[in-house]
Amino acid sequence: MTHEQKNILSVRDMEREEIDKLLCSAAAFDRGNFTGHELDGKLLAVLFFEPSTRTRMSFSSAMMRLGGKILNLGSVEATSITKGETLSDTIRVISGYADAIVLRHPKEGAARLASEVATVPVINGGDGAGQHPSQTLLDLYTIRESMRIENIDVGMQGDLRYGRTVHSLAFALSKYNNVRLHAIAPEGLDFPSHIKEDLHDAGVELIIHDNIEDALPELDVLYVTRLQRERFPDPVAFANYASTYRITPALLECAKPNMIVLHPLPRVDEIDPAVDALPCAKYFEQAHNGVPVRMAMLNEVMN
Amino acid sequence: MVRTISDGIVISPIKNGTVIDHITPGEGLTVIRILGIEDGTNVTFTVASNVVSSRGGRKDMVKIENRELLKDEVDKIALVAPYASISIIRDFKVSVKKPVGVPKEIVGVIKCPNPNCITNTKEPVKSKFVAHPRGFRCQYCDSIISREMDIGDYI
Ligand SMILES: Nc1ncnc2c1ncn2[C@@H]1O[C@H](COP(=O)(O)OP(=O)(O)O)[C@@H](O)[C@H]1O
Ligand SMILES: [Zn+2]
Repeated sequence: MTHEQKNILSVRDMEREEIDKLLCSAAAFDRGNFTGHELDGKLLAVLFFEPSTRTRMSFSSAMMRLGGKILNLGSVEATSITKGETLSDTIRVISGYADAIVLRHPKEGAARLASEVATVPVINGGDGAGQHPSQTLLDLYTIRESMRIENIDVGMQGDLRYGRTVHSLAFALSKYNNVRLHAIAPEGLDFPSHIKEDLHDAGVELIIHDNIEDALPELDVLYVTRLQRERFPDPVAFANYASTYRITPALLECAKPNMIVLHPLPRVDEIDPAVDALPCAKYFEQAHNGVPVRMAMLNEVMN
Repeated sequence: MVRTISDGIVISPIKNGTVIDHITPGEGLTVIRILGIEDGTNVTFTVASNVVSSRGGRKDMVKIENRELLKDEVDKIALVAPYASISIIRDFKVSVKKPVGVPKEIVGVIKCPNPNCITNTKEPVKSKFVAHPRGFRCQYCDSIISREMDIGDYI
């Protein structure tokens, strides 16, 4: 790792000031304040060892909008990785081909390892069940575009046990003043105790709710996540919960008028498509925000 | 004769080496494992297990001949035996006492409990844990080994 090398590996180890700086720069890009030549002549290596459409495409889109070019890994099957090359060796080699690397990898901590052996900046594009900073930053950005990230109540609904997006977002929010978290999860899929303890250490107030109806009137943000069938003890438990787990226009009637609904997408049945037309539905905007946020990240590490 | 006699155990005096006393009962062999001096190496060591301690309760004790522990080895021992006392013996006498201290960072000692952690693959990387209010956190995957878990199982 070189001294000036700037990586973005985890929102957890970023200072609040660094986060705000990225969000500010994302806002500028979002409003069209850029020339499109910021990253002229730069090459970004996009190394995805796991399938992904949105993260990969939005990083590519962000890079190209700033005038840079993309080097794609291509399918993993066709590479030397299947010949047993270590990630460390792959990264060392690719460091010589590009000006920065975006890595998506199935193992937790892969991006940190990559940053240690790389000679160019590394951006974590998601590592296993671990960190996914560009998702967290775009979540924060979307909230910030609707309200101040201060003195707000944020509800998190769904699989809070295994959902990495909610864990990262919860930690990121803990860096802001007076943000209360509300957990709405099926039995057994609540926040793991070590996360609760960490949030407690970070001074976050965490309120656990039995059902969405109780929580909803208090919320400024409702962050909905997808439920995965395999996380439930049996199909009956899943069917029972899933049938009640649906955000509908009727349910949203008891929400505050300015509350926003977010979802990392893809959604399945947890948000009724009839919600899409309501002003509170911000999840597609949230997905679009992935581009300016990733432009800010790329500009930060390469400029 | 050494004072361990008063503790009611037989551990013969050594001329030069290290004595690790007041090890948490049951962790004596873990200490040996941490130090990497199991069978097969040419280091002579003795482990006394579950002996009555003069401080009350029970303890394990380890005696290693002709080897003086270094600072980072002492730190590793603190992981499983935070109350241990370490004495360097020279010419049958206690020459230096080394306090154990819980290290801030432990490299290459703990195996990460997360099977999906990058440090548990064939990558050429050493595990790295940093002190955390409730134990130690993996620098790679953020997993925590809490004090309630038996750290010795991950060494
Ligand atoms: N020559 C020796 N050979 C083996 N063990 C020794 C020797 N000298 C001291 N010890 C042991 O080292 C530990 C520390 O010794 P000492 O400082 O005298 O006792 P304590 O720490 O109990 O006050 C004790 O467990 C003692 O029995
Ligand atoms: Zn780990």
